[in-house]
Amino acid sequence: MTSEPSSIERKRGGLKSDQLSGLMLLALALYVGWENRAYPVGTLQEPGPGYMPLILVVFLGATGLLIALWGAKSAPLASMNWTEAARAVVILVACGVATFALERIGYRLTVIALLIFFLGVIERKRPLPVALVAAGFSFASFYIVGDLLHVPLPRSPWGF
Amino acid sequence: MAETFQNLMLGFSVALQPSILVYAVVGCLIGTLVGMMPGLGPLAGISLLLPATFGLNPIVAIVLLAGVYYGAMYGGSTTSILMRIPGEAASVMTCIDGYAMTQNGRGGPALAIAAIGSFVAGTAGVVGLMLLAPTLADWALRFGPPEYTALLLIGLFILAYMSGGSMLKTLAMAALGLMLGMIGIDVMTGYTRFSLGIVELGDGVGIVPVAVGLFGVSEILLTAGAVAAPEVQRPRLRDLVPSGEEFRRSAGPVARGSLLGFMIGIIPGSAHIISSFVSYGIERRISKHPERFGNGAIEGVAGPESANNAAATGAFVPMMALGIPTSPVTAVMIAAIMVHGILPGPMLIQTQPELFWGFVASMYVGNVVLLILNLPMVGVFVNILRIPYGYLYPCILCFCIVGTYSVSNSLVDVWILLIMGAIGYALRKFGYDLAPVALGLVLAPMLELSLRQSLTMSAGDYGIFLERPIATTMLGLGVVLLLFALKPLVFKSKDWRSEVGLEKQ
Repeated sequence: MTSEPSSIERKRGGLKSDQLSGLMLLALALYVGWENRAYPVGTLQEPGPGYMPLILVVFLGATGLLIALWGAKSAPLASMNWTEAARAVVILVACGVATFALERIGYRLTVIALLIFFLGVIERKRPLPVALVAAGFSFASFYIVGDLLHVPLPRSPWGF
Repeated sequence: MAETFQNLMLGFSVALQPSILVYAVVGCLIGTLVGMMPGLGPLAGISLLLPATFGLNPIVAIVLLAGVYYGAMYGGSTTSILMRIPGEAASVMTCIDGYAMTQNGRGGPALAIAAIGSFVAGTAGVVGLMLLAPTLADWALRFGPPEYTALLLIGLFILAYMSGGSMLKTLAMAALGLMLGMIGIDVMTGYTRFSLGIVELGDGVGIVPVAVGLFGVSEILLTAGAVAAPEVQRPRLRDLVPSGEEFRRSAGPVARGSLLGFMIGIIPGSAHIISSFVSYGIERRISKHPERFGNGAIEGVAGPESANNAAATGAFVPMMALGIPTSPVTAVMIAAIMVHGILPGPMLIQTQPELFWGFVASMYVGNVVLLILNLPMVGVFVNILRIPYGYLYPCILCFCIVGTYSVSNSLVDVWILLIMGAIGYALRKFGYDLAPVALGLVLAPMLELSLRQSLTMSAGDYGIFLERPIATTMLGLGVVLLLFALKPLVFKSKDWRSEVGLEKQ
């Protein structure tokens, strides 16, 4: 299971990592099971669209429960290292904003803005390399993917 | 045998066409670069290149993607040996003795043995593919829905048994992947399931956004904080030649790794990763001087590198013969063929001999290309590792987004990519293996269809799986493996993972 905890960590109380992840899987299985009510399960002779999802719900729920039950010896949740989590969230949010912008302001402007944010704001690189990498990558990748490989990439309303 | 030789000649007449040769070289080059970049393994590389193959003919498309695949397998070893950074997961074991050899001033021979071992194993794997796939395809023509159900189930059981981590977690991830595969229109009744009102989800969740998100984006989220560019050694061409003693010590591990890797490659799961772990464990166990392992034993490079390349080729056997992907990589390659209206499976070899034999021959060519390219150009390739990661990962992320978007020009796919990246990040933090999710997603429609067809055939009697010899044998084998996998959980005994040191890595 997750990284082997020390004896002191084992003795420490609180929720363990595998217990939490197992319970999350169980919760997901229950949610899917609830949503699956909308689809007929059918009969054994003629299984309906809800039949296979129901089997999977039971299976995922059971494995989630077993992971949680067997997870008492896994690393305590408090001992898990989440140092990179804040940066990961910022990266994901920035990518989300870029996705929102992609078909609105076009591929090239979106990629330039995204790279300026990553390199200039998150990585704190010097302005000149940031500008060169952002513009260079944006135009070069558009040329390779869009023009050479004929993949239709979104353009801005200004045709750019 | 004569027929096989004749078919192989047909394959070479296809593979040696200049246009196909160029794509094989380009694929190997891209693959080597992809394999060297942390965060971009073979799967992410192939997924990102997939849209570019839509405009190509199917033979060229599969030759290009296969070149990327085994190019990446080799590229991963370069960073492992020179910097102790596995470019992709299968190269983790190469880090141990490969980097120790670099520290001892023998990095060049380690690279050479990795390249030669990869070449030998890759070529042996292609011979295996050539001999085994047509036979398996002929046999698979007897399969009906119950046999396919049993085959897919045994695949999942083997995946659970062979997984690098906890069996329960692997099974849970396979179930999660199968559930993702339930999204979209049910082919038997026309019901749209779990689409949350999003029209694009009617076609289901694509393998590319899921694979790139789980493997590419999650890797970047985990490593984005590490920005320091490590010191890189640039070996010169004359430093690459191994000594006679190093050649002698490597011969056995290369032969064993090739055989073992090919066998493991045929079965489902992260075969190329598992094979390198198992090969390292075996070499250490049978060595007369196991204490040398970890301090620069050439066997610790030769065995795992041969095994992971042979496994990469072995994975093509069920893909070509049965139309069943045993890994996320082959799943994406099947998608690449299906875009052109070609259905992989038992009939492929008969109906599209140019495609199958051209592909086989191109793999011979690709192995030679890799050997010629990689050794003299290793000094050029390592330059990419000098780019600070702070510059590299934003560009990789942009490639992930544009690659996913261009598969079907859909922003929904990009959202799925980001969601999968976040889920993959969380699951990896909690110690879950992600390969079963991608594999489950691909197998789900096949498994559901064959199960429901089997039940309809038997008027709802599950006994149909026990009445048909092939299905019964496969299910019986699956149950035995499942029981073996459960044994350590129940009796607290050691299983094969701890025997080969897999859980410690």
